[in-house]
Amino acid sequence: MAGILVIGEVHDGHLAPPTREALAMGRSLAATSGASVAVALIGSELGASAQEAIAAGADQAYTVADALLAQPQIDLYLAAHQAVCAAATPDIVLLSRTDFGRELAPRLACRLGVSLLQDCLQLETEAASGRLIATRPVYGGNVLAKMRSAGTPQVAALRPKVRDPLEPDASRQGEVTPVAVALDAAMAKVTIVRQEIRAGDGVKLEDASIVVAGGRGLGGPAPFTELEELAGLLGAGIGASRAAVDAGWVPANWQIGLTGRTVTPDLYLTVGISGASQHMAGCSNAKVIVAINKDREANIFRESRYGVVGDWETVLPGLIQGIRDLK
Amino acid sequence: MAALNIIVTAKQVIDHEIPASALTIDATSTQVTAPSSFKPIVNGFDDYALEAALRLKEAGGATITVLSVGSQFDVNIMRKTLALGADRLILCQDPAFANLADSFTTARIIAAAIHKVGEFDLVLCGRQASDWDNAQVPLVLAELLDLPCITLAQKIEVSDGKVTVEQVVLDGYRVAEAGLPALITVTNELGQPRYPALRNIMAANRKRPTTWTAQDLDLDPAMLTPQLEVVEVAFPSKAQACEIIEGEDGGEVGRRLAQVLHEAGLI
Repeated sequence: MAGILVIGEVHDGHLAPPTREALAMGRSLAATSGASVAVALIGSELGASAQEAIAAGADQAYTVADALLAQPQIDLYLAAHQAVCAAATPDIVLLSRTDFGRELAPRLACRLGVSLLQDCLQLETEAASGRLIATRPVYGGNVLAKMRSAGTPQVAALRPKVRDPLEPDASRQGEVTPVAVALDAAMAKVTIVRQEIRAGDGVKLEDASIVVAGGRGLGGPAPFTELEELAGLLGAGIGASRAAVDAGWVPANWQIGLTGRTVTPDLYLTVGISGASQHMAGCSNAKVIVAINKDREANIFRESRYGVVGDWETVLPGLIQGIRDLK
Repeated sequence: MAALNIIVTAKQVIDHEIPASALTIDATSTQVTAPSSFKPIVNGFDDYALEAALRLKEAGGATITVLSVGSQFDVNIMRKTLALGADRLILCQDPAFANLADSFTTARIIAAAIHKVGEFDLVLCGRQASDWDNAQVPLVLAELLDLPCITLAQKIEVSDGKVTVEQVVLDGYRVAEAGLPALITVTNELGQPRYPALRNIMAANRKRPTTWTAQDLDLDPAMLTPQLEVVEVAFPSKAQACEIIEGEDGGEVGRRLAQVLHEAGLI
């Protein structure tokens, strides 16, 4: 039966959190249309992911397990997902705009002969047409666009962490359907030679419930030591604006914004960040933003719940002392 | 090794550094516009793709063709790519190329233009455009041209008929290789793009870009009908007011801020 197909991601044999969110989105669309919700699970070790997906809202799990999928070989993953799409013949395909999804989604949509509804914050069914209306940020999040696709299937990539997953329900039942795909190592047009990963120091930004970030207003690399002290006290992740990265004060992987990382903490505490649109694109989904900045006219105050107009050199020690006093 | 033929895609966009408050929405509520006092720019992400091409040209020689699609161009803005060292500028310009919010259509036009260019070794693209932030055209283009595709390059080297790329991944990079021709998207970790020298700007002003219409590209109008329709664009509502914490001096304000955040259950 035609319905909704969620393109899942499996990490170490478990369902990735963004896939749970996409399943929740699929379920709310299905509540209107009565469609079924299936999930595609593809990888070398699928572990408990099919049962987890069913508990998280799937009615059916299509699986492709192949040792060749141990490496993140996009060409092989594309072939496998294409085969699942051919088996499931969905009306709607939902992906997550994760790092992998950024690469997978446009290419899978192209193979299905359609345009992708990219980076969606919300999906609704238009009553009159029964088509999806996707709400997505454009112009660095300064404008919201509502889009409709005339293609079939309708393919949408969801921004992670915008929607809450469903509470897992272990009593839900679903079918697991293995799909046969003849994968061949020669399908990979790109060879992955090696990977250089820096040891993760501190809290991972994307998972942190508090993120502290510094910008141009700090004036140099040294003040970031003080910011790290603050982050340590709060158990927070630490990031920076593009200006601080471009100036060489902090490593490039600290950058939050349009061209950097996207964070969605409960508290986003900025110091010396003006709040340019390309920065806000990476943090505008934080629940509460706090600004410490000398310039009362800076855009960051328009985005913030709490603000301090002042010099970080005096405010930051006060804040750190205040937090110590609370403990 | 023979000099490389490199195609760089570039888009003319509204300057992303203009204040958000200067953006306006047109009467049909489907287009974002900027006042004419703000000049458009070459998409900032495409500057990195051109920079990567220029570094390859310096390293081993290359002919660089910059390719752009649109309905209207400010030719002087697009000439910046020639001033920086591109050898040829091709503007695919046609009224039918207006309002391309559908990346699939845009990629089809660029694919047709690349076919018309003929031989090439590399297509280099910016990771996304700063207006519609779709980050799709390069990936769809790789599919349409059936090319190996490596995204988010911070370093590109070509030797022995293959390209080796440092691809940025979370907390590090991956080294990936592919045969030529290949398509690569370039990210800002590549490093600061250069600025054009004044004498090169003046020399570029004497060069004429090549212009290709939909007809020149033999494009079927039906193929240009977008699948995606913009139903509406709007500014997000910013309902919240910022509570400014005040006090005698910075230290006191900092301590108060700690109190306020604690009382709000945030720390």
